[in-house]
Amino acid sequence: MTAAELLAVAAFDGGKEAQAFPAFGVERRGAPVMAFCRISDNPIRIRSQITTPDFVIVQDPSLMETVDVLAGLKPDGTVLVNSEHKPEELKMDTKAKVVTFPATQIALDELGRPIMNTAILGAFAGLSGLITFDAIERSISHRFGEELGERNIKAARRAYELMKEQNA
Amino acid sequence: MRKMIEGSRAVAEAVALCRPDVISAYPITPQTHIVEDLSQMVADGQLDAEYIRVESEHSAASACLGAVAAGSRAYSATTSQGMMLMIEVLYNIAGMRLPLVITGVNRALSAPLSIWNDQQDTMGIRDTGWLQLYAENSQDALDMHIQAYKIAEDDRVLLPVMVCMDGFVLTHTYESVDMPEQEQVDAFLPRYNPLYRLDPEDPYTLGAFVGPEAYHEVRYVLQQDCLGAKEVVKEVARDFQKAFGRWSGDVIDTYHCDDAETIVVALGTLVGTLKDWVDARRAEGQKVGVVKLRCFRPFPGEELVEAVSGAKQVVVLEKAVSVGAQGIVASELRSALYGKATVPVACSFVGLGGRDITFDTIDEACKRAGDGETEFFAGLRTEVLEEA
Repeated sequence: MTAAELLAVAAFDGGKEAQAFPAFGVERRGAPVMAFCRISDNPIRIRSQITTPDFVIVQDPSLMETVDVLAGLKPDGTVLVNSEHKPEELKMDTKAKVVTFPATQIALDELGRPIMNTAILGAFAGLSGLITFDAIERSISHRFGEELGERNIKAARRAYELMKEQNA
Repeated sequence: MRKMIEGSRAVAEAVALCRPDVISAYPITPQTHIVEDLSQMVADGQLDAEYIRVESEHSAASACLGAVAAGSRAYSATTSQGMMLMIEVLYNIAGMRLPLVITGVNRALSAPLSIWNDQQDTMGIRDTGWLQLYAENSQDALDMHIQAYKIAEDDRVLLPVMVCMDGFVLTHTYESVDMPEQEQVDAFLPRYNPLYRLDPEDPYTLGAFVGPEAYHEVRYVLQQDCLGAKEVVKEVARDFQKAFGRWSGDVIDTYHCDDAETIVVALGTLVGTLKDWVDARRAEGQKVGVVKLRCFRPFPGEELVEAVSGAKQVVVLEKAVSVGAQGIVASELRSALYGKATVPVACSFVGLGGRDITFDTIDEACKRAGDGETEFFAGLRTEVLEEA
């Protein structure tokens, strides 16, 4: 949920409308959970859960053994997986674009803890072009304060630049 | 100032802008974030209010009752089982004509236990004498709290108001809101100046025993004043628009109803989904519209009749069941239409216990209504029924 919330805040900061909400099921760190984010140029009125996403972010690749993370993903969509492997090594059965990046490693390097939200935010921005890095920096420092914010911005920047490079 | 915040936070900040003297609440999911935020503001010295911690919702409502009776502006929030525990006190607050404002976060009722959204809790207290407003989005919820105190404390009303907001769907969702400035709210909502208040120097009794010679009349006056509050709800919505530049309806609001053949009636966040659905179906040539029931108590019968009379059918989507009878809003709407118009009203129960409401759900409800069904549950999962 933190990643979805940060996404919404950064998108809003960049002049867009956004809506972030948890899946209406059990929400606690460690259990498999889903959260959703809509980003639009217009006010967002709909409240249904998202069943046909343009973008899927998988924070924990071990989930893919039990959860169909590709369910409903649009054929021209993108799935971004936290993984050390190359996309083709994941053997995902989809027409959508598959992208991998080592979020856990980035988080461990920069934060000393495997909390990947800000790395994911950076990667999403780099990959989608929907959010500027400026907006991400502001939303992270607003949420985490100076010291922790600084380290989280570093994590986000590494992921952002990695995605920019990969997709150049 | 426009900002992106959680719905609960938006409400907590709006309540703080209303300068309550006393807050008392007992935490319960999904209401917790609101009262956590408020207690933090009090602890941090940002909000000059007394936060009374209690051991139950019955006590929270009782503390607020006493606070308002003594002349304070008070606030509480609850949901579901907590609201059920408050019921005895809720009747007393309305009967004593105390202008308390409570956020009624909408959640399903036990059993079976569910923490997810529907509206069975607030619908279950519809006969208490409380006014009820239902919020479509976070902005609406925020604005309604400011309006609620203005309505409740009006000398023509002097009744408590419950601002109903869908649990999780609003309380746990981040979206943008325009947060008013303190000076704007102060100008719109002056300090509470009670007509009557409990005072040891000038003692009187409130809510005392009344025999058959007068109780009947007390209830008559309560009914008259609650029905009359409809005009104050409208007036405050207009004044709010002048002061803040925002309008989200008064007792009702309509969306593409003028030429609509099918009109869907709903309360709360479902209205937002319905507006997108109307745009999508109109693009395909279907003449559909939405009525938002913004104020459920007092029930705006005349306004609803006027809004739906030109349609070929009305479909009420209800997130609450009057078990053993009919859809609550649908039956009240049919009653309002009686002798005035002949448009058929169907009731479809939707979204109970957090079941997602999609365009498919709405299409199914309209199709079945068109086929002549009058009361039904949309989106039933047959595999679950077979197991049961």
